[in-house]
Formats: sequence, structure tokens, C-alpha cells
Amino acid sequence: MTEAATAPRPPEPPQRASLGWRVAGAFARRREASIGVVLIGLVVYFSLRTDAFFGQENARVIAEFSAPIAIIAAGEVMLLICGEIDLSAGNVYAFSTWIFYFASHSWGLPIWLAVIVGLLSGSLVGVVNGVVTVFVGVPSFITTLGMIFLLNGLTLIMSGAFPVETPGGSTFFKFFGGGAYVTVYWALGVIVAMTILLNRTRWGLHTLATGGNLIGASESGVNVRRIKVGNFVLCSTLAALAGILESVRITSIQALQGGTQLMFYAVAAAVIGGTSLFGGSGTIIGAAIGVLVLAVLNLGFTLQGINAYTFDLVLGIAIIASMAFNVTLERIRQSGRLGTSR
Amino acid sequence: MSELAVQPDDRTPRAEPDAIRVENIRKSFGVVTALEDVSLNLRPGEVLGLIGDNGAGKSTLIKILTGFHKPDSGRMFVHGEEVQLKSVTHARSLGIDTVFQDLALVPGLSVYHNMFLNREITRGVGPLRFLNNRAMRNRSREYLEAIGVRIQSMDAEVARMSGGQRQAIAIARTTHSNATIILLDEPLAAMGAREGALIIELITELKKRGDVSMIVIAHNYVHVFEMCDRVNLLRNGRIVFDKPTNETSVAELTSIVAEEYRVRNTQAG
Repeated sequence: MTEAATAPRPPEPPQRASLGWRVAGAFARRREASIGVVLIGLVVYFSLRTDAFFGQENARVIAEFSAPIAIIAAGEVMLLICGEIDLSAGNVYAFSTWIFYFASHSWGLPIWLAVIVGLLSGSLVGVVNGVVTVFVGVPSFITTLGMIFLLNGLTLIMSGAFPVETPGGSTFFKFFGGGAYVTVYWALGVIVAMTILLNRTRWGLHTLATGGNLIGASESGVNVRRIKVGNFVLCSTLAALAGILESVRITSIQALQGGTQLMFYAVAAAVIGGTSLFGGSGTIIGAAIGVLVLAVLNLGFTLQGINAYTFDLVLGIAIIASMAFNVTLERIRQSGRLGTSR
Repeated sequence: MSELAVQPDDRTPRAEPDAIRVENIRKSFGVVTALEDVSLNLRPGEVLGLIGDNGAGKSTLIKILTGFHKPDSGRMFVHGEEVQLKSVTHARSLGIDTVFQDLALVPGLSVYHNMFLNREITRGVGPLRFLNNRAMRNRSREYLEAIGVRIQSMDAEVARMSGGQRQAIAIARTTHSNATIILLDEPLAAMGAREGALIIELITELKKRGDVSMIVIAHNYVHVFEMCDRVNLLRNGRIVFDKPTNETSVAELTSIVAEEYRVRNTQAG
């Protein structure tokens, strides 16, 4: 096959790309790198502009703000990658926590079993979201939009809108969200586990393939419906986990905890961290850095005495800017101007 | 097995059953009937060319043979055994593999992840299994080198590959999948002359191996005569012409198709 040795090649990339292009290439391929730089920039900025930024109490504020968002964001990343979204994750966060409460308080289940029941209630919501979206064909945006109201209504009816004390003894609290940084350890565990799932397993690869080329993936025999439903279940279950952990940390359960605000933070973190809303690409670690960016902004503004409205304003700009950046970058990548080898 | 290739016109019954035989396949999508009544056979070691107009049902037929669509009625035999394909994975387990027209590649994934999509090499214990990227990367390089395709990096995204490289990746992953029956849906579409020559050479090399049977959909009759032992013409959901390539010619095929056009236009007019 000597003739075939002169195989077709892509247009030769410039062999000695300028440093600028190579750096740009590295950023294009490792989208987390650029958001990491933004994070460091913010930390430097706030530590110069405020006196108290590096206080131990602040580290804890950032950690506690970040942990539940990061857990939910990890699930949203999986869904966004396979081309779907779950708008109801913040409401699962409330709903499943109440199920956990009733399982322990009203049905008298042992506390660990109650946690499992709570998590399963989240999984069940994921199954409904997934089946309605994938098998009935309602866009996930609509399915999960409806689910927001459904769950919110259900939670208010169940709870009577009165807050309750989180059930459980001291050993349980020690391992499940009570005490300093426990939720953070859980969040780190989720980030590591989900990173392995996305980058090192068939499930993760098939999730990327499903979002990257739905028809091609199914022609290759990937069960794209199973992948999608599975990721809906994963996202809802993680939202339930975040809700129960937080309820233990703050020792009470509210009917209106979480909600769309929390979900939007999680989706925003994922998008800022480089996950494409069009599906096919994204990383857990990027979303985790995105969460930290939100947390540092939140804390920094608080320390500077800037109010919450400004935080929303900056968050809005950050989302639009990072999405615009993503889309532009994709266009540059398609035109093949960045280096080829990783 | 090479005598099969040089005597494709041997019509005497032989002990070895057809690699694929379908009888009276019918398939419609809503009110549109894609396949009226298709019967077709693929002999072991043979390269069968499938030609026909756009919309004649070629891709639908391929997708039925590969388990992607299910026929409304009709029977299918693989190596003499009747089967009802449940999925692409089921077809693959019977040794049927396909290079789809869209190649079924994921642009954002690396060359080696595409090569091993849904047949990943993993390592681990029990259900706890992880991708063995190193093994997949190395084997992808071997496979592509074996067919003479140079790709700079196995880690590069397929989005960066040329049409010919993509086709080569799609074919290479099929030929290294233990497939004995390979279906190629327009492997030469949207390809330059040089890239097209590479693909024809790949198919010819594959045929020399003797242990695979292939159905190739093509538009260019010259390519059909270069690659195929036999040619079938699909029209309006039926096979209307079936001859070994050495008993027919580009001229005959062209005149048949031209005749159809004339008849159709007359009817329409």
C-alpha cells in the first residue's frame, strides 16, 4: 500500500506556531486554565482591595457557599454535556430534603435509611424528567421547568410551609454535613468521583459522544436514551444529596430552600467553567472552579460593602462573556488555526 | 478464498450459505414507503455494489441490515441463520458492522476514542471498570499505520481531520472489529480524487483478506467497477437489476438508469 502512504493530510498547521498561538491553543484545549486564571485574578484583586480577605472565617464562608452548588453543578455538567439541562435541581434539593425528614420523623425509619429514601426520591424525579424528555420527546427545558413548579407545590403542601428541625443524632451529624467543612469534604468527594466518571469510564465517554453527535453515537451502538435518562437521575440524586447535607449543616429544613436561585448558580458555574450549553464538551473541574469564582465574587463584594444587586449584575456579565468566549473559541477551533497536538 | 473474487458469476449452489440474505423486506416511515419489496443476497467474500438514485432506499436498506431500523416485514438470514436484528449492537455481535454515510464520528472526541467508541478497552475489577486510554491510543496508531494512513496525533480531535482521514478512521475501526460483513454507505461521497483512491485501495485490500463480505453504496459507476464483484440497482424500493460486474459495463448501467429517467419523465409529463 505504498500509494496509501501518501495519505491525505489536513492543511499543514504552521510547524513553529508563535508563542502567542501556542498559549492560545493551550487555553483553547484546557478551558479550565483560563477560568483558573480569572479565579486567581479575583483572589489577588480582593486581597489587595480588602483587609480581611484571607481570614479563616472567610475561607469557611467560601467553602460553605461553594459546597452545595458544586455538588449540583457536577450533575448539571453531565446533563449539559449530553445536550440536556435540569432546571428543577434546586427544587429537588428542597423536595428530597423534606422526604428525608418525613422518612425519619413521620415514618420512623433509621436515619441512614431516611437519607437513602431522600436520595431515592431525588432519583425518582430524575427518572420522570428523563423519561418525559427522552421517550415522550418534550425538550428538557420545558420538562424541568414544569418540574420546578410541581416540586415547589408538592414541597409547600407536604411541609405546610413551616420550617422544621433536621432529624438525626450527633454521630450522623458528624459524618453527614454537620460541623466545619463536612459538606466541603462531601463536595470534594463528589467532584473527584464525577471527574473519574466523566473522564475515565465508558459512561463518561458515551455522555460526551451523545452530546457531540447524537445520531453518530447511536449508530455506533451507544444507547443514547439510557445515557440521557441516567444523567437526569444522577443530577437529581446529587441535588438531593446537596439538600440533605445542607439541612444537616444548618440544622433546619425550610420549604423554600434551594430553588431556582441555587440551580442557576450551578448552571452558571458550569457554563463559566467551560461547559458548552450545546453539549459535547465540559469538565467537572471547570465547573468547580466556576463555583469558586462565584463564591469569591460573592465574598469579595460583601467585604467591599457592595450589595447583592451588583453581584447579580457581575454574574450576568460573567455568564454572557464566558458563553461568548466559548462560541468564539469554537469558531476559531473549527477554522483550525490553533495547534494540533496536545 | 480468492477464487470467489475472480469467479463472482458462479451461480451454482454452493455449500457455503450467503453471508446475508434478505427476502421481501418492506419498510415505510409513516406514509412514505422507503422499501417496497427488497430481496438481496451477499455471497461470502464478495463485494456487492448497491447503486440507485437519491431516495431509492439505499441508506434505509443498509440501516435495516445493520439493525438500526427494523423492517415492517420480510426475513433476514445471516450465514444461513434467520435473525431478527434488535439493535446495532446485536448486528455487531453477529459480525455485521457498518461505515455509515455520516461516519458516526464524534467531532469533539480524540481519534482513538472514536476508533473505540462503544467497544472501549477497559481495565478494572467486576463492574468497576476504567478506560484503558493507553491501549486504545496505541492500537489506533497500529490500525491506521497498517492501512497506510498517517495521522499526526491520536489525541487530536476528529474535528480537525480531513474528509479522507475521517473516512479512513471510520473504515479502520470497522475492519478491526472482528466484522465478517461490512456495509459501507457512500464511502466515496464528498471526497477528493486522491482521498477517493485511498478508500478504494482500502476496500480492495480488505477484499484480498478474503474473510469479509461487503456491500458498498456508490454513486460513481467507475468506482463500482473498480471495487465490486456484482452490482445491484435499487429503484423505488425494489432491486431492479442484478449482474456481476464482468457481465455488464458502465455503458449498460448508464443506459438503464437513463432509460428509467426517460420513462419516469414521460409518465410525469
